[in-house]
Amino acid sequence: MSVRTRATTWSLGLSGLLLLVVVVSAGIGAVTIPPRTVAAILADAVPIPVGVSLGGATVLPLVGSVPTPTLEFVSPFAFSVPRPARIIVLSVRLPRILLAALVGFALATAGTVMQGFFRNPMADPSIVGVSSGAAVGAVATIVLSLSIPFGLEGAAFVSAVVTAFVVYLLASENGRTPVATLLLAGVAIQTFLGAVISFLLLQSGESLRQVVFWLMGHLAGATWSEVGMLALVLPLPFVVLLVHARDLNVLLLGEEDAHALGIEVERTKQLLLATASVVTAAAVSVSGVIGFVGLVVPHMLRLLVGPDHRVLLPASALAGASFLVATDTVARSGGAEIPVGVVTAAVGAPFFLYLLRTREVRSP
Amino acid sequence: MSDFDRSSGTDLGADADSADSDPFGDADPAIRLDDVSLSLGGHSILDAVSVDVGEGTFVGLIGPNGAGKTTLLRTLNGALAPDEGSVRVVGEDVHALSSKAASRLVATVPQTTSVTFDFPVRDVVEMGRTPHRGRFDGWRERDTAAVDDAMRRTAVESLADRPVTEVSGGERQRVLIARALAQETPVLLLDEPTASLDINHQVRTLELVSDLVADGTTAVAAIHDLNLAAHYCDALVLLSGGRILSAGDPAAVLSEEHLREAFDAEAVVSRHPVTGSVYVTALPPSSDDANGRVHVVGGGGTGARALHLLSAAGYALSAGALNEGDTDAEAARRVGADLVTVPPYSPVDDAARAAVESRVEAADVTVVADVEVGDGNLANLGAAAEADRLVLVEERPFSERNYAGDDGFAVYERLRERGTIVEPGDLLSVVGELACDSFRERDAGGDGTGDGETGPGDADAGANDAESTHDDAVGDDTAADLFSD
Repeated sequence: MSVRTRATTWSLGLSGLLLLVVVVSAGIGAVTIPPRTVAAILADAVPIPVGVSLGGATVLPLVGSVPTPTLEFVSPFAFSVPRPARIIVLSVRLPRILLAALVGFALATAGTVMQGFFRNPMADPSIVGVSSGAAVGAVATIVLSLSIPFGLEGAAFVSAVVTAFVVYLLASENGRTPVATLLLAGVAIQTFLGAVISFLLLQSGESLRQVVFWLMGHLAGATWSEVGMLALVLPLPFVVLLVHARDLNVLLLGEEDAHALGIEVERTKQLLLATASVVTAAAVSVSGVIGFVGLVVPHMLRLLVGPDHRVLLPASALAGASFLVATDTVARSGGAEIPVGVVTAAVGAPFFLYLLRTREVRSP
Repeated sequence: MSDFDRSSGTDLGADADSADSDPFGDADPAIRLDDVSLSLGGHSILDAVSVDVGEGTFVGLIGPNGAGKTTLLRTLNGALAPDEGSVRVVGEDVHALSSKAASRLVATVPQTTSVTFDFPVRDVVEMGRTPHRGRFDGWRERDTAAVDDAMRRTAVESLADRPVTEVSGGERQRVLIARALAQETPVLLLDEPTASLDINHQVRTLELVSDLVADGTTAVAAIHDLNLAAHYCDALVLLSGGRILSAGDPAAVLSEEHLREAFDAEAVVSRHPVTGSVYVTALPPSSDDANGRVHVVGGGGTGARALHLLSAAGYALSAGALNEGDTDAEAARRVGADLVTVPPYSPVDDAARAAVESRVEAADVTVVADVEVGDGNLANLGAAAEADRLVLVEERPFSERNYAGDDGFAVYERLRERGTIVEPGDLLSVVGELACDSFRERDAGGDGTGDGETGPGDADAGANDAESTHDDAVGDDTAADLFSD
């Protein structure tokens, strides 16, 4: 079976799984809604383009007046669904579920890339300090009551990306960035930022609860605008990573070999690191630090689909989405809301240990 | 030698090509290193290295650890840029090219590779096509053809679907060569291709490279094993301290003088009796003679044990005379003994007997092993009879191992009268006792020459004797004629 066929098959299969998990999850909550009803609501909500009409006109410089193509949508299914159920699913549960899916997608993607990049099984998306950076930005915003454009998320995102960049600079010398140095610089910076966060916590006073909740990783209170933001940010970096999947495969042989096989090693590393960091930062800035998704999911999928990133990357991303939707469903369906980071760690760590003990997990 | 001295650099294997294919004599060699210098971390690793390698040549890169072999290979494939000088591969400056373009000219087989993700073997070989594929190119017919061909040549087809982490070391080496072949480059670099392989796979690997070279590939391999390098390579480059100490025909490069200078080790260079290649035998550092000097008369393996025991006990050793190729002769070389040899199947002639006598005289103790005695080696026993302190190792009665008739008995009787007869297990203690006696006598007699006789020059003396067996003239101490053939 060719790589392309395998990638397509796995992607379609895991997309199906994701859809299934979403439908089931959307039915779970204080009010139980049967999966058939959820499916009907979702089908109704998806606008389906049926044609293009040329209406109006747009004036473009140099070209002049051009008719604007407009897509026409209809919702072909007019299922009869109780209004409350429709509102619960579309306005309450779906934003959270989709945000979980996107965050899981992002973390698993970044985790896969980082594990390959570092050739280290313990690498996870936050290895270069992205999560700690985001946490500092977010906690500082909460504790110091800063008002910044784009608020909490913006501060977290910016501080996350800046942290990754600083780690990269610290580890670089003469245009080369040895991954071992990068790893150590990441650990050092994470430790330092951990101290900053602890200090900020001491100063937090009233906002302590909010800060701790953020730090534990959360998807509660997800809004459609957060979903939109992630949905807008993620596709481009993901495509960039997918296009470089083959280079990532060759990088797994070691940098010396990769260079001998025609990879511009340092440039490729920069690109992979920057892209994976942006993906992680985007996820962490809306959801806080959710551990283990980016560590465990790529390992599981590597067992299933093998090490080839052309298959592994999309498969891992989609599985990560399903995993986080499922764990978040557990997190919100109990009596009291548990931060999802607690659930992923509680589920992920034992499973990872199981893999470790059965020697299924190997050093990448 | 004059062929190699084109301009300031060294020209390896390019002569024939330039004469045939290029009437003007300035065709681009496969590899041209021009005055390449490189420092890493403030240490000069390569120092003004210049060498030309002709197309279709197999060049072996030899030298001690830290001589710059791997660095030179990394400079050749573009991984390291030289501080000064240039590296041209088929006329192109590899450091001016993109990594991709350079990888279409030079393929590298690494010494070790961190293939820890369990890619199937075929996937690893397919990665060799990376330099030929654009980012959005699909997989083409010629990619498949190149991979199939590479896997066929290296005989790894049967492993295609096995994870590369699960094949043996020898198989993995072949997979890596296949990956390099899939790059379809004119130049192939190999870093210690035989380092972790058993002897069978060492030979198979180098045979494979030789076949590729016969088909026009230019190969440069860093090789630790001097004898493998001498046997398989068309030319050798001996690096020492970042400089080319010698380059050219293996027989010319592997001289005892060069080896001493580069490796700081004593070695004997001879011709391998089977393959006819230059053959290097390294000797252990010469003993400081603190324990005394022992001459061993053996043959047919009877003396090997004594040689090893005495060597381990720290005695400076001499041995002989022995036929070239005798088990004991090999043992003597291994322990660095000052060896007197005669050609295979030849009797110990007068010259050899004189050489043995001089060593017996120099020795504190002479040991006669449980050797079989015939007319050919009776002279050894005669020489031993002159020893001041003599030890006879007896495992069998002499009558069972005497093929020299009454003469044999007569000589051996003389030995028995003068010597101490021991069982093999008592040899060391008796020799130790006698050596002490010798030292005491020497001190008492004020004879201070003993130390002077066994300085660092002793191994040279042994080496010269070994060389001289080629032209049957014991005592000839010039090394130059070794390569006259």
